Amino acid sequence: MLSLWLNVLASGILLGLVYGLVALGLTIIFGVMRVVNFAHGEMVVFGVYIGYWAVRLCNVPIIVAAAIAAVLMFFFGYLLEASIVKRFVNRPHHYQFIVFIGLSLLFSGVLLVAFGPDPRPTASELSFSTVSLGFVTLDLARLQAAITAGLLIALLGVYLRFSSFGRALRAAADNRLGGLVVGLNIPRVYAVTFGIGAACAGVAGALISPLFDAQPYLAVDFTLLAFVTVIVGGLGSFSGALLGGLVIGVAEAIAALMFTPSLKTALPYALLIIILIFRPRGFFGAKEI
Amino acid sequence: MLDGALLSIDGLSVAYDGSIALNGVSLQIRKGELICVVGANGAGKTSLIRSISGIVRSSSGVVKMNGANITGLPSWEICERGIAQVAEGRQIFGSLSVEENLLLGGSLKRAKAHQLETLEFVYQLFDRLRERRRQLAGTLSGGEQQMLAIGRAIMSKPEIVMFDEPSIGLSPALTDVMFGVVESLHKQGITVLLVEQNVAKSLALSDRGYVLENGSIVLHGSSHELLNNSEIQRAYLGM
Ligand SMILES: Nc1ncnc2c1ncn2[C@@H]1O[C@H](COP(=O)(O)OP(=O)(O)O)[C@@H](O)[C@H]1O
Ligand SMILES: [Mg+2]
Repeated sequence: MLSLWLNVLASGILLGLVYGLVALGLTIIFGVMRVVNFAHGEMVVFGVYIGYWAVRLCNVPIIVAAAIAAVLMFFFGYLLEASIVKRFVNRPHHYQFIVFIGLSLLFSGVLLVAFGPDPRPTASELSFSTVSLGFVTLDLARLQAAITAGLLIALLGVYLRFSSFGRALRAAADNRLGGLVVGLNIPRVYAVTFGIGAACAGVAGALISPLFDAQPYLAVDFTLLAFVTVIVGGLGSFSGALLGGLVIGVAEAIAALMFTPSLKTALPYALLIIILIFRPRGFFGAKEI
Repeated sequence: MLDGALLSIDGLSVAYDGSIALNGVSLQIRKGELICVVGANGAGKTSLIRSISGIVRSSSGVVKMNGANITGLPSWEICERGIAQVAEGRQIFGSLSVEENLLLGGSLKRAKAHQLETLEFVYQLFDRLRERRRQLAGTLSGGEQQMLAIGRAIMSKPEIVMFDEPSIGLSPALTDVMFGVVESLHKQGITVLLVEQNVAKSLALSDRGYVLENGSIVLHGSSHELLNNSEIQRAYLGM
């Protein structure tokens, strides 16, 4: 019994790290640009498909697929911002809302046309391997995804804290007008920020491609999941995104164990409502990227 | 027109959604001068500074720096030309450390190579900032934040600094300190455009002054003349 619980907890934490990476992408974009990327889930799914095709066509390890997803999705996000999103950054929220919902529908439609509605499993050897550590048995794909996501989160944190671009990004998030006053190229900071956010989503997608079948409809789930995660942690907070990811990952795992797997997706939302009642701005609710 | 003006502005206008905030303003500043633009709340002072610096788009008019037309350039390119500002409301980065704020001011291409020397210069000027360099800028007092905004402007190695009401919200004692800082920067060779509501103190400090009312320059001349102008004495100096 104990070992069952430990296993569930461990697998929840592992997936939670990946959720944290997804949420981090959303929260960085929001923290800097004050826009909410409703197409975030689609970007995760792009990553899942990149993982699927990279493994399928080139038989590369998932880590390599994740690197490919990072590069492709960074440029995708950068170009999307520089061509479309930037025209709406200073518009009222309901305009932005429509634009991102539109993009989300467009991306889902493109995936559907390109790959059809059927799930495509990225079955690699990894999907079925496990490692045993005393009480807990972890599946290797999950472990690898979690370690990679955790490392990337740490790297991104260090980069934002210590690099000069990170300083510019935090300055732009803190005070856009102040950024213009000191001569920051704000449009470029925004485009790179959006690229980083999209890359987080894409990498997370590629990392979980051995766990989730590639399927266009996954996107809605991931958008919602990213939202819950970010709100639980506090919108715009770096550490909040990570904590939110872990909470949601564990909550999902426990729900599946204690009740029924079909409650797995419902529990995080129940948790969200409870947390928002007691902590209206999430755990870290502030803008501290 | 002044010959060899460092910054020359001709017929500059700004409108927000059709309502005119700045209406054909012309002024010139020579290298090394300290001039002031005085005007009441809503006269268009901030619009003037923001349109010079490219943060707000002008609807017409020409801005030249060192003879080169810089009208319509993006704000970061205008900063690269050596035009810095101490903005209204300070606009510091409250969640970043004092030193990070300063380094951001010094991250322009024109200033980057000398970043550490300039930082040392700013710390010598404002000892308080050195003491608090690891502190978050948002935890500084109002006066210290104003020092930080000035230090941040200096970090860009500017040829001209535009001050937008640096004394606002400060106690009378701190106001005097602030004007003292502006004066000492000027003495060190920095050209200053000072925008203020505090007419008496600004004119006392400056070489020349312009009076801005409802978006237009209604009067300009040497500060001495303006201080002795009966209309100004009545409207702005309460005499
Ligand atoms: N962002 C804005 N949108 C609309 N009107 C503005 C804006 N900023 C300033 N104004 C208007 O323009 C006029 C000049 O404002 P401003 O330049 O801020 O004057 P000052 O700095 O002298 O107080 C005022 O009537 C003000 O209400
Ligand atoms: Mg003003």
